[in-house]
Amino acid sequence: MTIYIDNKPYEAKAGKNLLEACLAAGINLPYFCWHPSLGSVGACRQCAVKVFKDEKDTQGRLVMSCMEGVRDGVRIGVEEATAKAFREQVIEWMMTNHPHDCPVCDEGGSCHLQDMTVMTGHDYRRYHYKKRTYKNQYLGPLINHEMNRCIQCYRCVRYYHDYAGGDDLNVFAAHNHVYFGRDKDGVLQSPFSGNLAEVCPTGVFTDKTLKEHYTRKWDLTMAPSVCTHCSVGCNITAGERYGKLRCVVNRYNEEVNGYFLCDRGRFGYEFVNSENRVTQPLIRGRMSEAVSEEELMHELSVLLSQQKLVGIGSARASLESNFALRQLVGAGNFYAGISETEAYLTRLIVQVMQEGTLHSASLKDIEQADAVIVLGEDVWNTAPMMALAVRQAAMKTAANNAAAQLSLPAWHDAAIKELVQTDKGFLANITVAGSPIDNIAQVTVHAVPDDIARLGFAVAHELSNTLPALANADEKLLQTARQIAAALQQSKHPVIVSGLSCVNSAVIRAAFDIAAALNNTHWKASVAYVLPECNSMGLALMQAPSAERIFDSSNANDMTALILENDLYRYLPQATADAFFSRCSNVIALDSIHNNTTEKAQVLIPAATFAEADGSMVNYEGRTQHYYKVFIPKEGHIKESFHWLNSMRIAKNNRSNGHGLSLDELLHEAEIEMPVFEGVHDAMLSPHYSIHGEHIPREPHRYSGRTAMYANLNVSEQKPLQEEGESAFGFTMEGFKGQPPADAAPFFWSPGWNSGQSVTKYQQEPGGAFKGHIPAVQLFHDKVDKAPVFFKDIPEAFVARKQKWLVLPQYHVLASGELSSYTKALASLLPEACVVLSETDAALLGVRDGDKIRVHPGTTALPVKVHLSLANGVVLISAGLPGTEVYNWGDWVKIEKE
Amino acid sequence: MFSHIRTIWLTFLHLFHKKVTIEYPDEKVKLHPRWRGRIVLTKDPDGGERCVGCYLCAAACPVDCIALQATEDENGRRYPEFFRINFSRCIFCGFCEEACPTYAIQLIPDFEMAEYKRQNLVFEKEDLLINSEGKYPGYNFYKVAGMNAGVKEKGKGEEEEEPVDVFSLLP
Amino acid sequence: MQHVWIVLGVLFVLLNVAAGLIWVERRMLAMWQDRLGPNRAGPLGLLIVLADTLKLFFKEDWIPSFADKKIFVIAPAIVVASVLMSFVVIPFAPGIVVADLNIGVLFFLAMSSLGVYSIVLGGWASNNKYSLLGAMRGASQMIAYEVFMGLSLMGVVMMTGSFRLTDIVEAQRSVWFCFTQPLGLILFFIAGIAETHRLPFDIPESESELIAGFHSEYSGMKFGMFFIGEYLGVTLISAMTVTMFFGGWMGPEFLPGWAWFFIKTFAFILFFILLRASLPRPRYDQLMESGWKVLLPLVLVNILVTGAVLLYLKG
Repeated sequence: MTIYIDNKPYEAKAGKNLLEACLAAGINLPYFCWHPSLGSVGACRQCAVKVFKDEKDTQGRLVMSCMEGVRDGVRIGVEEATAKAFREQVIEWMMTNHPHDCPVCDEGGSCHLQDMTVMTGHDYRRYHYKKRTYKNQYLGPLINHEMNRCIQCYRCVRYYHDYAGGDDLNVFAAHNHVYFGRDKDGVLQSPFSGNLAEVCPTGVFTDKTLKEHYTRKWDLTMAPSVCTHCSVGCNITAGERYGKLRCVVNRYNEEVNGYFLCDRGRFGYEFVNSENRVTQPLIRGRMSEAVSEEELMHELSVLLSQQKLVGIGSARASLESNFALRQLVGAGNFYAGISETEAYLTRLIVQVMQEGTLHSASLKDIEQADAVIVLGEDVWNTAPMMALAVRQAAMKTAANNAAAQLSLPAWHDAAIKELVQTDKGFLANITVAGSPIDNIAQVTVHAVPDDIARLGFAVAHELSNTLPALANADEKLLQTARQIAAALQQSKHPVIVSGLSCVNSAVIRAAFDIAAALNNTHWKASVAYVLPECNSMGLALMQAPSAERIFDSSNANDMTALILENDLYRYLPQATADAFFSRCSNVIALDSIHNNTTEKAQVLIPAATFAEADGSMVNYEGRTQHYYKVFIPKEGHIKESFHWLNSMRIAKNNRSNGHGLSLDELLHEAEIEMPVFEGVHDAMLSPHYSIHGEHIPREPHRYSGRTAMYANLNVSEQKPLQEEGESAFGFTMEGFKGQPPADAAPFFWSPGWNSGQSVTKYQQEPGGAFKGHIPAVQLFHDKVDKAPVFFKDIPEAFVARKQKWLVLPQYHVLASGELSSYTKALASLLPEACVVLSETDAALLGVRDGDKIRVHPGTTALPVKVHLSLANGVVLISAGLPGTEVYNWGDWVKIEKE
Repeated sequence: MFSHIRTIWLTFLHLFHKKVTIEYPDEKVKLHPRWRGRIVLTKDPDGGERCVGCYLCAAACPVDCIALQATEDENGRRYPEFFRINFSRCIFCGFCEEACPTYAIQLIPDFEMAEYKRQNLVFEKEDLLINSEGKYPGYNFYKVAGMNAGVKEKGKGEEEEEPVDVFSLLP
Repeated sequence: MQHVWIVLGVLFVLLNVAAGLIWVERRMLAMWQDRLGPNRAGPLGLLIVLADTLKLFFKEDWIPSFADKKIFVIAPAIVVASVLMSFVVIPFAPGIVVADLNIGVLFFLAMSSLGVYSIVLGGWASNNKYSLLGAMRGASQMIAYEVFMGLSLMGVVMMTGSFRLTDIVEAQRSVWFCFTQPLGLILFFIAGIAETHRLPFDIPESESELIAGFHSEYSGMKFGMFFIGEYLGVTLISAMTVTMFFGGWMGPEFLPGWAWFFIKTFAFILFFILLRASLPRPRYDQLMESGWKVLLPLVLVNILVTGAVLLYLKG
C-alpha cells in the first residue's frame, strides 16, 4: 500500500506501524522505546508525527508514529513544524535530568540518545534547576549500572523481563523517579543480560568487560565474525585496538541471532587476549624452546617425513584448517578429535539431515514455530540463543493467538501483553534434569535418556499409526505423548529440538521420527539438533573416524600425531587420552591457548583465534558462515592453522615453488575433494572482492591516533598491514566510503546513526532481511518428495542398576564451550563443579548436599548436589567447567564416598 | 591602466613604511594568551588529572596525532593510562582543545620545541602533564558530571538533587 | 689582448650582477612587502647569494626517468648562452664593448629570441603535462611579443639611421630617445618583460596554475641555470632600455660613463622588481589579446608617426 510522507508517496507493508514504515523508507525519525524485537508501547513520546485527514487537511493531529498502524493512502508529516518542535521538546525534557556524563560514558560515540538528540536539533540546556540522581547497583562482572543516565524508556525491563524471561530486573518507584534495577545489589541472573548494553538507548547498562580496556566504537578495527562458543553460530562484530580484542557486539542476522547474543558469546572473547596464549613456536627439550620459523619448519620437515603420521581434527577449528590437516596427513589418517560416542551421534545426525526429508530449523524457524518439542536437549546450557528462540516461539504463538482474536496489530506490544496475560504457546520441554525454560512449558518431563526416547517414539506413534507402539509403556507416559501429539497435530510449523546433551542415539532417532511423522500429512515440521562445538557439524561432515578409533588400527604405535586446536583431555577420558599420547613418539600441536594437550606436545605451533583468522564454520543447521580476520596479532608468529598446515604440506611434499594455497584456493580444493561442501566458498566474500576497485575498510572513517598509536616505538609510521589479495577487507580506514554489503559489514554505521541501531539502515525494513541479502549457504537440502525412512528400534525402559549409575554431562550456560571459561569475568560466574544425584540415590549412598564423592574412573572428588526431580540411577557430572574431568558419557560408573 | 600605475606607486611607497618583521630570536615574540602552541594536559583544582580519557581530542585531531588509552582507578575515575602526542605530526590547529569537554588539553603560548631527532617529538603523558589549571581555573569535571568517581557522591554535585529513594512508595 | 680583458670583464661583472640580483630581488621584494628580507647571512644578508648558490650546487641534480635526457640537459644552457651572447653588442662605456657590430640591434633581437628554445626544449624534454603547457605558452608569448619588440625599436633606429648601438647612444647626446620615442620606450619595456617572462608576464611558469611550468622537473644547478638566465635577461633588457632610450653611458661628467650606465641599468632592474611586487599576472588569453590586438597596432602607429615626423622635418 502507498502512504504519503511529507507529500511524497512511499510503498509500505500492511501490518506495520508508521514508525517502521518511515524507517523502512529511509526517513530519520527519532525513537527510543520502540525496538524491532520488542514492539511498541508508546512510552517515550519521541516519534511524534502529524497525521492528516486528507490532502486538504493542513491542521493534522500529532500522533506517536509507533502507535499508529499503516493505512492505505495515509498522509503523515515528519518534517511538519509542530511535530519537529514536539520531538525537540521531548528530548529537551529528557535532557533536564540526563547527566553531564558523555565524556566518561561508555555509550558515547555509539549512543542512541546522542544520535536522537542531534537528530531533533536540541542543543542547549534551558532548564536551570537541579538534576535528579539515583544510586547505582552492582549487577555483576558483566554489566555496569549508571542509573542517572536513564531516560525511562522501559526497554531494559521489556527486554530482560518480557523478552528474555529474566525475573531479577524490574522497575521500581513511580512518577518522575522510576528506577530500573534489581531489588538489591547482585549479579544479573539471566545469561542474556549482556544485551541490556545494546538494548539500552543510553549508558545505563554498559559492557563491563569493555570498561577494562575501554575504546570508543570509532576507534575499533572491526570485522564481521561468527561466535565460536556453541553450535548456533551467532553473528558477531568483534573490535580490536592496540593488538587486543576489545569487545564483541551483536551483528544482526535475520535468520540466526537477530538482535541479540548470549553472555557466553558476548563476553567470552577475552581468551584472545589471554596471558596463556601460545605466541611462539616451541620445540620442547631444547636449550631454548622458543624457536624461529625456519628452525620450526626444519624440525617439522623431519617429523613429517615419518611413516606413521596421524592428524587429529577439531570441532572448534575452521573448515579450512581441518581440511588443510586432512590434506597434509591424508584422508585415511585423519581423525576427529572427539570421543567415539560423540562421533557416532554426530554421524547419526549428519545422516538424518543429509537425507533431506526434514527441514533443518534455523533460529528464526524456531522463533516462528507455533509448537516446540525439546526432546532431551539441555538447550539453555548448550545453545543459549536457541533457548531464547524457543521462548520467543512460546511467547509469540500466544501473542499471535491473542492478536487474531481482537485483530490487534502484532507490533502493539502493550495491548497484546494485556490480552495474553500468562498464556503461552505450546512447548514441551523434555529433559533429564530440567531447565529454566520449564516455567514456560506446557509439558515438562524429567526423565532418563532412554525414557525420553521412548516418550518421543510414543508421540511418533500417536502421530502415525504405521510406527510401532511402545511395548509395556506406562499410562502416564502415553498420556503425555497423546497431549503432545494433539498439540503438534494442530500446529502449523512445529519444531523438534534435540541434540547430543543426553548422549543417546535413541533420542536423536525419536526426534527424527516425530518430525517425519508430522510431515506425513504435509511438510511442516522442522528439526534442530544441537551439537557441542561451533564447527562440530563441519567436522562431522568430513566423515572422519573419532580419535578413539586410532587404537583399532594394527600398528598404532610410534605415531607422529598432529593435533589441531584441540584439547583431547576435554573430549576423552583422561586414561584414554593418556593412552593415546603414550603411543605417540612425536606430538605436534597447533593451538592458540596452552592446555593439557599442548603440554604433551614436542612441537607447539601458535595458532590464531577466530579474531585473528579467516575461516568457515558450519553451524548445527548446516549453515556455512565465514568469519573474517579482525586484526593481525602483534606477535608475528601467530597464524591461522590452515596457513601453518599448508606450509607443512609444501615442506612435506618438497614442493619448492614456495607459495601456499590462498583461502579460496583451499576451499575450492575442499569442494572438489568432498562434494558435501559444494558451495561453501559462497559463504565468503571473495578475497578479490572490491567496490569500485576499493576494498571495505575495517576501521570507521573517524578512526583516531593513526600517527601516534605506535609512535613510542618508532616515530615513522609503519606501512599499514595489508595482505595483498588476501581479503576483501582492508586494515585501515581507507577504502570504500559508502555502505558495504550488509551481510558482510564490518560494523554498522550510517550518517547520524552511530549506535548499533544504525542496522536499520542496512535492512529492507526494521527487523527484516538485509538489503541485497545473499542467501545463506545451507549444506543440507530439503527433499520434499522423498519419503522418510523411520527408525523403528525403540529402547527398553530404563531400569536403575545396583551400585552403578548412568553418567551424563551437566553443562553450564557460560562454559559449555572450551574457550569462554578463559574469560575472567565469565570464569568468576561459574559455579563449582558438582555431582548431581537424585534424592533416593543420595540417601542410598548416605550423602547429603555438599558431601564429597568420587565417581569412577574419575580421580577428583566432587561435592554432591541433590536434585529433586532427577530419575534414580543417573548421575550428572559438571562438564566443561575448569577442573572437571571427562567421562565416557552414557556409560555406567561406580560411585565412592570420600 | 591608471590603477596599474597607482598600484606600482603605492607599492613603491611601502619602501618607506615601518617593517613588521620581528627579528626572532634576537627579539622575543609577544605571544597572546590564546596562542596555539605546545599542548599540555592540565589538572583540576584538587590536583587530579583533568583528562578523563574520552577520546574526543583524538577523534577531532585532523592528523590523528593523539593516541591514548582510558583506564579507571578503584573509584571509577577515568584517566588516561597513556596519552601520547606525536608533535612531529601536530599542526597546532587547536581542535583537540575545542573538543575537550573537561578543559584538560590546552594549547599554550610556547612554540620553541624544535628537536634534531623526530623521535624526541613524541610526547608521553609525563611530558604533557603540567601542575596547573591552565586557562580555565576552578573547573572540575567530576563535580558537574553525574558519576560518582570518588570526587563527589551521588547528589552532592553542583545542580544535583539528593538521590531518589526507590522505596518512597512503600508504606 | 684588451679584447680578452673586456670579454672576461663583462662576463665577470654580468655573472656577479646576476647572482647579486638574488639578494637584491629578495631584499627589495621584502621591503615592498614591509618585511626585511634576507638579513642574516653576512653583512646585510649579502652572503645569502653564496648560500643560495652553494645550496643549488649541492642539491640533488635529478633527471626524471621519463625525460628526454639529452635535450633536458641542454635546455638550461641555451638560455644562459643566448642572453650572454646578446650582451656582446651592449656598449657599457665608450670603448667597453665586446663587438660593436653595425647590426647591433638586429643581433640583440636575434639572440634574445633564441632564448625561447630553452623554454620549449626544457618543457618538452621534461615530458610532463604542466611543463609542456608552460613551454607552449612560452613559445606563443615569445612570438607575439618578439614581433613588436623589434618594431618598437624601429623608431629609434629610424631617428638614428643606424643599427649600431654605439651610434644610437651617441645620437642621444642632445636629447634622450625616451623623450622623443615615449611610446617606443613603453612598448619595448612591456615586450622586454614578456621576453624575460618576468612577472606580471610569467605565464610560462605561473606557479599557481602550472606549478613552475617549463622548469617543474628541474632541480639543482640545471634549475640554477634557468634562474641565472632569468636574472641575466632582466639585466639585458634593463641595459638595452638604457642604451636605446636613456642615453647609455651619457651623464654629467662627475662620474665616468660606465658608472652612469650601471646606475641607470640598476634603476630599471629595480623597476622590474617593483613590477613583480605590485602587479598581478594577467590571464593567458588577455596577454595574447593585448599583444596582438593592442600593442602591435600601437607599435605600427608609432613607426608611422615617427616616419611621418622625420619626413616632415627633413622637409
